[in-house]
Amino acid sequence: MMTIREYKRAESLEEAWQLNQKKNNRVLGGMIWLKMEKLNVGTAIDLSGLGLDTVEETDEGFSIGAMVTLRQLELHEGLAAYTGGAVRESVRHIVGVQLRNLATVGGSIYSRFGFSDVLTMFLALNASVELYKGGIVPLAEYAARPYDRDILVRVLVPKEAASFCYQSVRNSQTDFPVLTCAAAKTAEGYRFVIGARPGKAMLFALKPNGAETPELTADRFAAEVRAQIKTESNLRGSAEYRNHLAGVLVKRAVRRLEA
Amino acid sequence: MQITITLNGKKVSADVAPDALLIDFVRSHGCYSVKRGCETSNCGLCTVFLDEKPVLSCSVLAARADGHRVTTLEGLQEEAAEFGGFIADQGAEQCGFCNPGFIMNALALFRENPYPSEEEIKEYLAGNLCRCSGYEGQLRGIQAFLAWKKSKEAAE
Amino acid sequence: MKNVNQPFRKKDAMQLVTGKPVYMDDLAPADCLIVKLLRSPHPNAIVKTINTTVAKKVPGIEAIFTWEDVDQNGRRYTQAGQTYPEASPYDRLVIDRHVRFVGDVVAIVAGVDDRCVDKAMKLIKVEYEVLEPVLDFHTAKDNPILVHPEDNWESLCPVGADNKRNLCAHDECGSGDIDAVLANCDVVIDHVYHTKACQQAMMETFRTCCYMDLYGRLNILSSTQIVFHTRRNVANALHIPKSMIRVIKPRVGGGFGAKQTAVSAIYPAFVTWKTKKPCKLLFTREESQTASSPRHEMEMHVRLGATKEGIVKGIDLYTLSNTGAYGEHGPTTVGLSGHKSIPLYGKAEAFRFVSDVVYTNHMSAGAYRGYGATQGLFAVESAVNELAAKLHMDPFKIREMNIVKEGDVMPAYYGAVNTSCALDRCLKKVHEMIDWDHKYPVRDLGNGKVRAVGMGMAMQGSGISGMDVGSATLKVNDEGFYSLIIGAADMGTGCDTTLAQIAAEVLDCGLDDITVFGADTDVSPYDSGSYASSTTYVTGKAVEKCAMKLRAQICKLGAELLHCEEADVAFDGKNVFVDADPEQKVSLSEVASASQFGHMVPLEVTETHTSPLSPPPYMVGAAEIELDKETGEVKVVDYAACVDCGTPINPNLTRVQAEGGLLQGIGMALTENITYDSKGCPMENSFMQYKIPARVDIGKIRVEFENSYEPNGPFGAKSIGEVVINTPLPAIADAVYNAIGTRFYELPITPEQIAMAVEENR
Repeated sequence: MMTIREYKRAESLEEAWQLNQKKNNRVLGGMIWLKMEKLNVGTAIDLSGLGLDTVEETDEGFSIGAMVTLRQLELHEGLAAYTGGAVRESVRHIVGVQLRNLATVGGSIYSRFGFSDVLTMFLALNASVELYKGGIVPLAEYAARPYDRDILVRVLVPKEAASFCYQSVRNSQTDFPVLTCAAAKTAEGYRFVIGARPGKAMLFALKPNGAETPELTADRFAAEVRAQIKTESNLRGSAEYRNHLAGVLVKRAVRRLEA
Repeated sequence: MQITITLNGKKVSADVAPDALLIDFVRSHGCYSVKRGCETSNCGLCTVFLDEKPVLSCSVLAARADGHRVTTLEGLQEEAAEFGGFIADQGAEQCGFCNPGFIMNALALFRENPYPSEEEIKEYLAGNLCRCSGYEGQLRGIQAFLAWKKSKEAAE
Repeated sequence: MKNVNQPFRKKDAMQLVTGKPVYMDDLAPADCLIVKLLRSPHPNAIVKTINTTVAKKVPGIEAIFTWEDVDQNGRRYTQAGQTYPEASPYDRLVIDRHVRFVGDVVAIVAGVDDRCVDKAMKLIKVEYEVLEPVLDFHTAKDNPILVHPEDNWESLCPVGADNKRNLCAHDECGSGDIDAVLANCDVVIDHVYHTKACQQAMMETFRTCCYMDLYGRLNILSSTQIVFHTRRNVANALHIPKSMIRVIKPRVGGGFGAKQTAVSAIYPAFVTWKTKKPCKLLFTREESQTASSPRHEMEMHVRLGATKEGIVKGIDLYTLSNTGAYGEHGPTTVGLSGHKSIPLYGKAEAFRFVSDVVYTNHMSAGAYRGYGATQGLFAVESAVNELAAKLHMDPFKIREMNIVKEGDVMPAYYGAVNTSCALDRCLKKVHEMIDWDHKYPVRDLGNGKVRAVGMGMAMQGSGISGMDVGSATLKVNDEGFYSLIIGAADMGTGCDTTLAQIAAEVLDCGLDDITVFGADTDVSPYDSGSYASSTTYVTGKAVEKCAMKLRAQICKLGAELLHCEEADVAFDGKNVFVDADPEQKVSLSEVASASQFGHMVPLEVTETHTSPLSPPPYMVGAAEIELDKETGEVKVVDYAACVDCGTPINPNLTRVQAEGGLLQGIGMALTENITYDSKGCPMENSFMQYKIPARVDIGKIRVEFENSYEPNGPFGAKSIGEVVINTPLPAIADAVYNAIGTRFYELPITPEQIAMAVEENR
């Protein structure tokens, strides 16, 4: 169980950043994971007073504050319309409404857990993160970075001519996923993001070949993803099963987005 | 550290540890309806309203609730009895331990969505575990309550 | 009937739905010391040295106890809640220098708050001599590594136990020449079935609070199903007289058998006895998952023989049960795997049932709803489903041809007569409810998904025959309201209400005219406790008898007031009146007042009951599943079940018992698992990893009743609590077979196993 020596509601991003430079200080997200860690925190830095709890939509895209909850994502009509309900689908299995009222986008993205539905979804949305010091960084790049002491301020989702779908397989409905698959179909082709491998989500960009039928495209994409993806075993499923599921979900994504 | 929370409509000031959790704060202020069923944010027993939103009080720092309104079943006794009577009419309260959290979240559901469908009920309450009922009796109770509410509103 | 068979609200319902403080931790004194247990990280080890010097210096620490504070040569005890002499071996010490599973107790730490106790726990220095563990229960029997090598290990009953062989129990029984019968069968189904050590996962974890009273006695407020057994367990553990202990049960937040073992009571009792200060121990969910009293893992080898027409001629069962590090309920649960599965098949000419219960270095098992019958029924019912498939027969049809009937003698059920049985009607009802003929075996939904059905039957008992004792005290108070005092434990089952319904029926009064109190060893009349599906049938009968006797007392005093003979008066619930002249009457209120004013007729009666029989309730269940053949995901979209529990005392409460039990069975079939890593560490240590069903995991659960009338039960009632968990296991396994053509012999059946089996079958 975590202990905290001091709690500070930051009054500015600069203050939060300054505090966060100390090794045993921590920025609070939704507290879901943090509270379970066996960890002695010096100062817990709370960003909840900084107005980072809104989703702003423009013609160019969405700007999502780090303290926006997963429940806000789930209910946001603009995100639902833009992604065809994929964002809602990506979060609605996460435990329950009460937890999703706490868990934050910033916490989910910063943590970069392999099982993260949110990370999987936002990678497929071609999102970027806005860091207080580091500026705007593509999420794919950020996800690969080691943890640092910058402050994640916002997640930015550009609007593109694309359609999306999100799928996950779970041993039970509110469990962690055995495998997640977010897909985007754009003018250039397909992006597939496979998460819960159980490692961090992997991105695959594949192009349809004009000559083949959608069904053949689906089969080919599934085979390519299965050949490239690295999966491992844990309590929820074996590497082999995950590889199999990757093929199934990619195929289904293509069928749905081609329909 | 000193915090002030409006707990069930009354301002409560207290000196709390920076890592004190809201569940322990409300229990230490007499709100015994709030139960702890796990340590991993999975069971829903500790549900309270933070401002208007249902949250897991086991996963909120008391410090974070400073300056906010917190509502537990102790503050919603009439509503709890009114809706809870329909659960009792099914016998579905059973051991009772999950009831406060379940009823809190059901009341939150009715505020967001006064006439939810069966699927909406199940999805909204998915994070409220119950080991006694198999959920069927709870669902019957909710549906009976909604039917009663509808007929009452129609009569008004 | 005005009270029995009526769907009344539970007497405590409104207090529970409004969240009133009625559970142990709501009632514990504010100045309780906090007790926590330091637990072993090794599955088998000797504590070489343990140093608490630094830990004891943490401000606020009251006491730290280790094996050095416990006589290692003292008499051992069991935590099993069973009638004395317990079948479970005396194999525990409060703190044993030899720790036997990951989670076994190494030290008890008590301090003024969580913070100082947590800190002290980290400062205790333990040096272990790590021993090789026995982790595979197949290798336990006669393994050179002994889980209990000690000489003061003790088995009180002739259950075939031998600690020098890692045997907690061994038994053999049978009737007829099973080998000859099987040799002559046209078909023999021969398979090994495996079920895991599932957790009861009641929402309130194990917890107990202790304090000393005015008389210097140890008071124990525990979330328990067994107040009287707990008193003995604690006395034996602490080596103190039973007279010095009082055990009280507050409202209990679920039990399902878990709290038929004194999992949490011993340690705070030890602290309070030593320090004389109040204290409490609340298990975390992690402790409840990893150091508790789950179901016994069992492996069952079934050989089931039948004629080609489908008549089951013989069943040969060998059960290997894993009791873990300690023997709680080990010798008894295993018996039900045979004795409550084999008797369903009334035409069998022979059976044999052999069992071994072995010690391993897993957490100790205990009692969980179904108590071995669940495991055995999965095996036997699955074998019958396979037999049906092999013979191209409908599973319902083959049951109709074979089931035990009312009046049959059941050789595998201790030779008892089947006194009440509507199993045939339950079969018909479920067949109709699920629309079997249209749905069996499978329908293709066209999108990679199929819907399939499967079924199973079940039986249980109603109390332990010739052993369980139920008692009730009833008294008349001022103005004629009644108090019912019981030792049975309502843990959400509603027995406070159903027992009052029985009393009200006999006393011709309303349910509100009766208050209920239970359970307190100082106050309640003796009751074995609420387990073994005994409360309605055994204690309920005691209540009925008690209420009859109280009526007689009321009449006796009424007659005195009316100046006539007792034989000449009658009581209608409101008045005692002269039979020949009903106008000559005295009200119950007047009788009650008179009893407190210059009279010596006691208006208080205690009655006790035991039954030489344990009439089985019966059940049939059918599952309709939707299965995704590509991902392997499976969901029970509809579960239809029909129960024969005799007369339902409260139809609402029997229904919710059935629905809840069914979902626990569904969880056991599909998601609930207990696994250990190679070092003996349990993996499913939280609700994050141990997945009990959420409401989105289940479609509909529908329950109907076909009542027989049990002549030995109160108003014809049998039990309901346990039988309800059993049918989903075989029903779902068979539905999966019907969906994909592969049979599973081990639970849970996971999406991965299904998807991989479909791939293999391609």
